[in-house]
Amino acid sequence: MRLFIDVGRYCRLIYEAIRSSTEFSMYWKNLINEMVKTGYDSLPIIMLAGFFTGAVMTIQTSYQLVAGFIPATTIGSIVSQSLLIELAAVISGLVLAGRVGARIATELGTMSVSEQIDALESMGFNSVTFLVMPRVLAGVFMFPIIYVTAVVAGLLGGIASALMTGALPVSDFMLGARQVFTPADVSFGIIKSFVFGFIITSISCFKGYFATGGAEGVGKATTQAAVLSCIYILLADFVLAFVLL
Amino acid sequence: MIEIKNLTKSFGKNLVWKDVSIDIHPGETLAIIGKSGSGKSVLMKHLNVLLYPDEGEVLIDGENVFEMRYARLRKLRQRFGVLFQGAALFDSITAFENVSFPLRYFSDFTEQEIRNRVLESLDLVNLSDIGNKSPAELSGGMRKRVGLARAIVLKPDYLLYDEPTSGLDPQTSNEINDLIINMAETLDITSVVITHDMHSVLRVADKVAFLDEQKLSWYGTIDEMKTSDHKALKAFVKASEYTI
Repeated sequence: MRLFIDVGRYCRLIYEAIRSSTEFSMYWKNLINEMVKTGYDSLPIIMLAGFFTGAVMTIQTSYQLVAGFIPATTIGSIVSQSLLIELAAVISGLVLAGRVGARIATELGTMSVSEQIDALESMGFNSVTFLVMPRVLAGVFMFPIIYVTAVVAGLLGGIASALMTGALPVSDFMLGARQVFTPADVSFGIIKSFVFGFIITSISCFKGYFATGGAEGVGKATTQAAVLSCIYILLADFVLAFVLL
Repeated sequence: MIEIKNLTKSFGKNLVWKDVSIDIHPGETLAIIGKSGSGKSVLMKHLNVLLYPDEGEVLIDGENVFEMRYARLRKLRQRFGVLFQGAALFDSITAFENVSFPLRYFSDFTEQEIRNRVLESLDLVNLSDIGNKSPAELSGGMRKRVGLARAIVLKPDYLLYDEPTSGLDPQTSNEINDLIINMAETLDITSVVITHDMHSVLRVADKVAFLDEQKLSWYGTIDEMKTSDHKALKAFVKASEYTI
């Protein structure tokens, strides 16, 4: 029963956010602020995660492909394509479920339990327009940029790893990457990042917006936002792979 | 004028109160009193439609607020100033920005006009020098004053106070009570004060509504309250250690 109520409230919140999206003058300042917090501020952790994912994958792939008849360029192909269609989007999503999701749920949760959301409403603001819409839009706009950053960092990590370990020449890595590159893979990754951006920000807004019960309630909302975001990212990843590949 | 007519509210299976009817006349200060959990704040949140009732209506100047479309409701809410229990200041911006916040979105004022109006509001609550302090740097009393300055900055017709003196020392409570009286007199505002502080009630209120046993148990003027034989009301007042 509780699940149905939550689904209903979530759908209503998202409907209200979309319905009020035309009130751009009310939330454009918040939107820019959120784009900086969600996108720009997340770049260091995303570059770090992407770089090491690419580096580790290069080492592991070269370790697994020991047969002499498999060309070294295959390692570059596997690493680059894995980054493009799966790892860059999913690793970024999971990292940002913690970083961005937890921040959003904590901010809105604190505002909810300290009556700041009621204060906004009582002044005549639509709190969903003002608080939820910019956060969700920032997630949807910025996650594709984050995805591209993770791909680039991952490829750099792969190249650095190839150089440092001597697993394969950099030229072979690049050749392998170019051989399998198709724009459709990038489109697939970008579609994923749009969906993941929406999932993380909308779930975190929902959990924070309806948080009750003081500090404990905010903590609970934050945990639930991060955990649910991770679960739905993995589910959406499966569904998108099934439908689009 | 605010007319509360046969209002009933419950959360799930829990009835908060039933069949509450109160008239609040222009310029009047009504205190809503009752034990913790009697639904005082819930009743207040119906006046500016932060909550909807199960049954009944609230008429503001003859118009049922629960039937208003959102654009109309937004305008109505701007006629209310609300001082929340914890002041509900936005902690990501300074105290000054908190007070100027509604003006930036709901007025055509220039930067200088906004500044003048904010200073005027802060002056009315005896806070002229808060500079760029954040809400976290302010004491409880100062937070309430900033909250009150924000509530009056759009020059509302109605002011709602939710537990304005709770958590404050007696001296600061007196200062807040003085401000409530001052607001009603200088701005000619209709006020609703939610409290269980009888000292505050006796100082600021013209009329009193007592919520008890899930209903409006008693309603009348301060003088009528002083001579009332209503058992629960007398017990409530006595528990506050006031002899009236």
